Parts: sequence; structure tokens; C-alpha cells
Amino acid sequence: MIEAVVERKQPISTQSEWTFELVQAYDKEIARIAKAFKLDTYPNQIEIITSEQMMDAYSSVGMPLNYHHWSYGKQFLETEQRYKRGQMGLAYEIVINSNPCIAYLMEENTLMMQILVMAHACYGHNSFFKGNYLFRTWTDASAIIDYLVFAKSYISKCEERYGHDAVEETLDSCHALMNYGVNRYVRPRPISAEEEKQRQLEREEYIQRHLNDLWTTIPRKERSGDADDKTPHFPAEPEENILYFFEKNSPLLEPWQREIIRIVRKLGQYFYPQRQTQVMNEGWATFWHYTIMNRLYDEGLISDGFLIEFLQSHTNVVYQPSFDSPYFSGINPYALGFAIYQDIKRICEKPTEEDRYWFPDLAGSDWLEAIHFAMKNFKDESFILQYLSPKVIRDFHLFAILDDEKAPTLKVEAIHDNEGYRKIRDALAAQYNLSVREPNIQVYNVNIRGDRALTLRHYQHNHRPLGKTTQDMLKHVHRLWGFDVHLETISDDNKVTKVFHCPDPAERH
Amino acid sequence: MTYIIDRRLNGKNKSAVNRQRFLHRYRKHIKEAVAEAINQRSITDVDNGSDITIPRRDISEPIFHHGQGGADTRVFPGNKEFITGDEIQRPGGGGGGGAGQGQASNSGEGVDEFTFHINRDEFLEFIFEDLELPNLVKKHLKDTQAFERRMAGFTSHGTPEKLHVVRTLKSAYSRRIALSGNDRRQLRELRAAKEQILQHPPITPALRQRLEEIEEEIEALKANIKRLPFLDDIDLRYRNMVKVPMPSSKAVMFCIMDVSGSMTRETKDIAKRFFMLLFLFLQRNYKSVEVVFIRHHTRAKEVDEEEFFYSRETGGTIVSSALELCRDIQQARYSPADWNIYVAQASDGDNWDGDSATCRKLITEALLPVVQYFAYVEITTNPHQNLWHEYEQILAGYPDSFAMQRIETPSDIYPVFRELFRRKVS
Repeated sequence: MIEAVVERKQPISTQSEWTFELVQAYDKEIARIAKAFKLDTYPNQIEIITSEQMMDAYSSVGMPLNYHHWSYGKQFLETEQRYKRGQMGLAYEIVINSNPCIAYLMEENTLMMQILVMAHACYGHNSFFKGNYLFRTWTDASAIIDYLVFAKSYISKCEERYGHDAVEETLDSCHALMNYGVNRYVRPRPISAEEEKQRQLEREEYIQRHLNDLWTTIPRKERSGDADDKTPHFPAEPEENILYFFEKNSPLLEPWQREIIRIVRKLGQYFYPQRQTQVMNEGWATFWHYTIMNRLYDEGLISDGFLIEFLQSHTNVVYQPSFDSPYFSGINPYALGFAIYQDIKRICEKPTEEDRYWFPDLAGSDWLEAIHFAMKNFKDESFILQYLSPKVIRDFHLFAILDDEKAPTLKVEAIHDNEGYRKIRDALAAQYNLSVREPNIQVYNVNIRGDRALTLRHYQHNHRPLGKTTQDMLKHVHRLWGFDVHLETISDDNKVTKVFHCPDPAERH
Repeated sequence: MTYIIDRRLNGKNKSAVNRQRFLHRYRKHIKEAVAEAINQRSITDVDNGSDITIPRRDISEPIFHHGQGGADTRVFPGNKEFITGDEIQRPGGGGGGGAGQGQASNSGEGVDEFTFHINRDEFLEFIFEDLELPNLVKKHLKDTQAFERRMAGFTSHGTPEKLHVVRTLKSAYSRRIALSGNDRRQLRELRAAKEQILQHPPITPALRQRLEEIEEEIEALKANIKRLPFLDDIDLRYRNMVKVPMPSSKAVMFCIMDVSGSMTRETKDIAKRFFMLLFLFLQRNYKSVEVVFIRHHTRAKEVDEEEFFYSRETGGTIVSSALELCRDIQQARYSPADWNIYVAQASDGDNWDGDSATCRKLITEALLPVVQYFAYVEITTNPHQNLWHEYEQILAGYPDSFAMQRIETPSDIYPVFRELFRRKVS
């Protein structure tokens, strides 16, 4: 722990222009404070970039390099147009889960912003990437850049050999299914570019052979009449990783197409933890920039002016508009995450009666230990379930609304009162559960002895139907599979309630 | 451990390839938007970029997501007056619209149009695509003005092969004179003093001492002068070259179009493309281009562009009326000595029977002697009429300055230009 009282030093700088020397000097101080707070980070690689470069970074999902695809161009045009018309500002930073941890800082930032951003990204996010169990399990920070190099060169080779359009089609379909290319339960092996290159050739050959086995056309000996009953079910168990299933089993794909599926799958897997830890990750980084900035101020290293400027921008970051505000666009992950971490600290340091009842283990314990534990061992869903306290629920004035299509009106299920706390906590946690947020669709069966049609099953939850783009999605599935595709919606009580087909029988004529 | 890297000097166009991919993928949409833009802007204004708007639903990328319906509990912040068990009317706009969808929101935001900007080159590229121009011609059209390099005095910076030796030595000499002036004056004085002493003996030891001192000073000054560099950086003079626009002069383009009832909207659009292309071509070759619009049915009238393309008339057709007006305007305002004159005529081939011979006479006698080029396009799918046959006779007599072409689709416009360029480029 850091001693509470410190002597006040002279501010390192009071000007608003940054220089490399000042950035370096402040980084040293921040690193010292972060270390005292036991933040364990990858080495930092801070890159100063211009706003144009920031727009480039925006449009390739934040990665420093990536393969070419029209959708990134679309993203770029959109960002450029909106930025030039003043409809949006650019983020002050982008940080990449890599080792060393790459953070982009915009040159337009003031010195105060650079300090804030360093505390936020280079020590907040960075330590989260290194500490959180999801990132530790699912991503390999030291290999991602190498892997992107491999992916980019492989895809551009494919473009040369097979044409832009063919590669683009495959990528389009893979991107559409990217969220369904994730292993939720099986831990992936860490990826490495070197190995990847070596193994890629072997893989091509192996898969082709393996496939031929499955799709062999040599007729089997007809035995007795009950051949129908013995038709093997394939896959034996439903497969949630649709892209993986296609990579290994799709009958008509060329080896390079399988490799592209694999690349998109690996990227999906890489981003999977980020999609599950928005609140925790942003909350963690916000908590630490707030704590570190205040510490810098307490030590006298930044002036009053900086602190005011900081507080103004911090307040904007954690602003939560209420549901009826025109600015409302869902719950602000920065605000919620920051509030929860702050509240953990408060519960540890100054617990009330209520806290002792709700969090008996937490009340009175060491706050630094407690929040490090909270950062390392949870994802958004379980984090909220574990730590959302009545005080935070009250502060946010949270309430839960049930929207049931069978009822004529919306119903307020719970509000921020004694009866409601648990319900709200459960409902909010479920809201961050990816398997509730995204429709649960799995590969159910392939008619391997017949027309090779593929059947996907959508397991409904709370009777929620699929959205409007489902038919378009099936076209992508059909492109990767090559034969007819059916999608069955299975209701909560295990009945088939709706079936989609591709090609659409209605359009066939 | 922290590394700080300045990446600002790295390239900023990392997204250029992705942007091209996007333009390529949506070229059909963009072409429609470009066609729309052409119709809206003046033919003298084809030379700019444009904002392109595409419906957002056409470029969205589908994902599996939940639709409206079923039962869904969502948590919202900012409760004011609700208590548990309250029932609320669904907000308008389809059940639970206010609740929104967490996933759909990142692409939606209630904006259903996607707008972006393409630059001038891309804009022209899309115009030309329809016309099926060969690349050489595209380049010719897109290239900005041609330049010639000319001598323009001397500068102190340049490349070695531009070094001007005489000028350089001159300035080195003057520099040496200027910088050594003081020393040489002292030298002269010392030498005079020395003469003085030597010519008035006897030379006392004190004077001898003085002589030695003078000798030393003279040596020092000489060394000083010698130390001045023979050639210094600031002496270097280079021949200065400047780019000057190629000698070019003025051109006038007469656009003549039949606006009788038989000309449809589509025909006029094709004619507009044709005029535009001609204008671009002239603009590349001449410094200033004026455009005169003449429209006609049974009578001809000089009009502005708006009226030229968009107002409709009915009635018969007498082509010669327009040619007469063209001749009159040319004689009054555009002397062939000062102006390069181009005439472009677009029509659907209709003409009053007795008039076509008059037209031929007018063209061969009054217009062809003064114009650079007379281009006639007939935009129709009907059989040729007598105007075409009369013009064919002109073509036989003046293959160098007269071109005629039948146009059915926009891609037919180019052959007229092929003629034009073949002569221009060679």
C-alpha cells in the first residue's frame, strides 16, 4: 500500500502542449504509482499518431494491420465523413491486447489528455488484458501481431491466385458468421505465426483426406430393410462453433477457403473476451485513471488546472443519461463499471449495515486485494451478479421492464427497492450474457446419405424470434456449405416453431 | 517499461485499398448516383468530385440477431416515478421500440442513408465507364493542363546539371572582391608606406624595424585574402526552369439540339453525355472554353443551359434554322482568327423534308470553312431519314472536319471521339 500522506512536489509541467520529454516524465511517475497499486502490465508501446491515422485504425477494428476487405473501407468512409462534418470526435486512444501492449495516442490531445489516456490505456486496460482470466485463457497477446501478418499475407496470396471476388465472397460469409466461430468451452491452443505457416500445408492435405472418408460415394452394402434407422447422426453432438464445423466438414470448399474460415475464426476467438468484458474492462481502466490522476494531484505532480480539466473530461466519460433522455443509448459501460469498482472500494473501507448483510466477505477487507480479485476472475455477467450492490442500483435508479409480446403493455418488474435489488441484478447480468444476447444457433444434423442438406437449430429463449436478416444470413451459410440449408427454431418447450430454408423454396420458381 | 514511438510520419493512407474495395463493390450504386449527379449539374461543372449516397440497407452486413417479440426483461437507468407492477403503454413505432436492440444499434442510429465523398478522378472514372473509353483517352481527358518547361532566370538552388558556370564564377568573383576589399585597402596603404620609407633613406634602425613590421602585416593580409574560398555555396547559380502552360487559346463550342416533341428524356440524357464529353475534351485542350446553346424546333433560339436541357417544346423540325443562328452568332462574336470553333449537333434524325438540302449547303458553305470540327450525333433506333443521307454527302467531302455517328446507347458516343482524338493525339 501507498502511504496516505505524501509531501507535495512541484508539478512537472503546467502547460497544455505535450512534448515527448513530458510524456516520458509523466509515464515514469504513472508507472511508479501503478506499481505501488500492484498493477501488473505488459511493457507499453505508446505510438503517437495523427487523426487521419486514427481513422485508419478505427476502420480495421483497431488492429495495426489487417487483411483488406470492403467492409473496412465502408467503416473508413463513414468515420471520415462523420468526423469531417463534425458529427463525431475520435477516441483519444486505442489500445491493443498485445505484448508489448500497443496504445495509440492522438497528437491533438492536450498534455492532460495524454496523461489521462496513458493511465487509462497503458496501465488500466493493459493490466486487465494481462490479468483477466478470459484474456489469459482465450488470447495470446504475444502472438496476435504475428498472426495478423500471416493472415494478411495469406489472404493477399489467395487474392492473387483465386481473384478478389472469390476471396471477398468467402470473407463476407465468414464475417457474417464470425460470432459463431467461437469455442465457448474448449480452450484453444495458443496460436503462433511460425507454426501456423508450417502446419497450414499439412492441414490442407489432412482435411481433404478426412473429408473424403465422410463423403465417400462408394455404396454401402444394403443389409436388412431397417437401414433408415441406422443412418448415423452427424455431427454426433450438436456443434456450436459453426465456422469450425464448416472448416472441417464442408464438402465443397477449397483448401484455401478452409484456411480463410480458420483465420476469421481465430480473430473471432481473439475478440471473444473483449465482447464479454466491456463493463469490467472499461470500468477497470476508468477506475485506475481516476485513482492515478488523483494520486498525481495529491503528490503535486499535476496542477489544479490539470485536475479541473481532468475532472471535466472524466465526468463526461462516466455520464449516464437516463432512459428517457434523447442521448440515451443503453447503459454506459464506463459509468457502470467505474461505479461498481468504486463501490467495492467503499464497501471494503467504510462498510454500512447494508453492505455487511449483502457482502459479508467484502466488508472491511483490503480493497486493493478485493478489486484485483474482482478484475481477474469474472466476466461482465458474473461480475454484475457478484458485485452489483444495492447502493449502485439506487444511484443509477435502475428498473427492470418486462416486454412480453403476449401482454398489451410493458410491465415494471422491479425497481431500486428492497424487493427489487436481486431481480434487477439478475436481469442486468443476463443482459450481458452473450448466450442470451445472441441467438443460440447450432449445427444439428447433416443428411449425409441423402441430399447433404444441413440443418441448423435455433434454440429459443423466452420465445424470442430471429431478426429480419435471417434469410440473408442463410445465404451466407449456404455459400459455405454448398448444399441446401435449413434452420429450425426450437421453442422453449422443444417444438419446431418456424423453419427457414435456403435456397428459399418460394423463390425457386 | 515503456517505449514511445512517433508514428505521425508514417503513411496515413492505410485504408486506401479498403476504400477502393468498397467503391468497387458498390460501383453499380455509385454509377447511379453519378448519373443522377450529372443530370443535376451543368455540363461545365463535370470536373469536380461528388457526394454519393447509398441506402444503408444495401450495404449492411447481416448477422444472426433477435427480432422483436417473445418475452424480454431489460434494465434501464434513471427511474423517476415507476414502482413495481406498473404497466406502461408501449412506446410508438412497433412493440418495444424504445427498448432498442443492443446489437442493431451500432449500425442503425436511425440513419438510413450512407453518404461519402468521391474525388474528381473517381467521379470522371465513373462517367467514362459507361462510355467505354480506352485508357489512353481517359488519361488524356483526366490529365490536367499540359505544361512546358521554360528558362526563367537564375536561382541559388538547384540540381548540379542545371549549374550555370559563368554566372557562378561571376558571383564568386564579386564575393571575393567584396569580402577582401578591406584587406586590400590596408594592403595598398601598407605598400605605400613601405615605398615611402624605402624612397627616403637613410633607413634608421627604428624605420627598419617598422619595415619588418609592415612586411609581416602585408604577409598576414595576403594570407587572409588567400584564405577566402575561391568558390562558396552562396556563389552557385542554377538555371531556373518554370512550368508554363502550353500555349493554348480560346475555344467555343456550339451545342445544337433538336427539342421537338419527338425528343424524349432519354435521348436528351444521351445528348447531354455527348456534350459533356466534348466539353471535357475541349477544356483539356484549350485554356478557356465558352459554350453556346442553341435549341430548335421550327425556329431556333439561343438559350441557357437549364432551358436547353429541361424545357420541352412540341412542333415540327427545321434544322437549318439552328444552323443559320449558329452561323450568325459565330460571325457576330467568334472570329475564327481568335477562336477554335466546335459545333456539336444532336438530333433524333427528324427534319422537314425540304430542309435537309439547305442544311448541307449551310454547313459546307458557312460553317465548315471556319470550324475545327463539326460533330453530328443521331440518337435514334429508327431508320435513317433524309437528313442523315444529306450529311453523308458532307462526310464524303470533308472527312477531316466532319463526323457523324448514330447513337443507340451511351457506349456508342465514343466512336465520334475516336475520330476527334486520332487527329488530335497524333
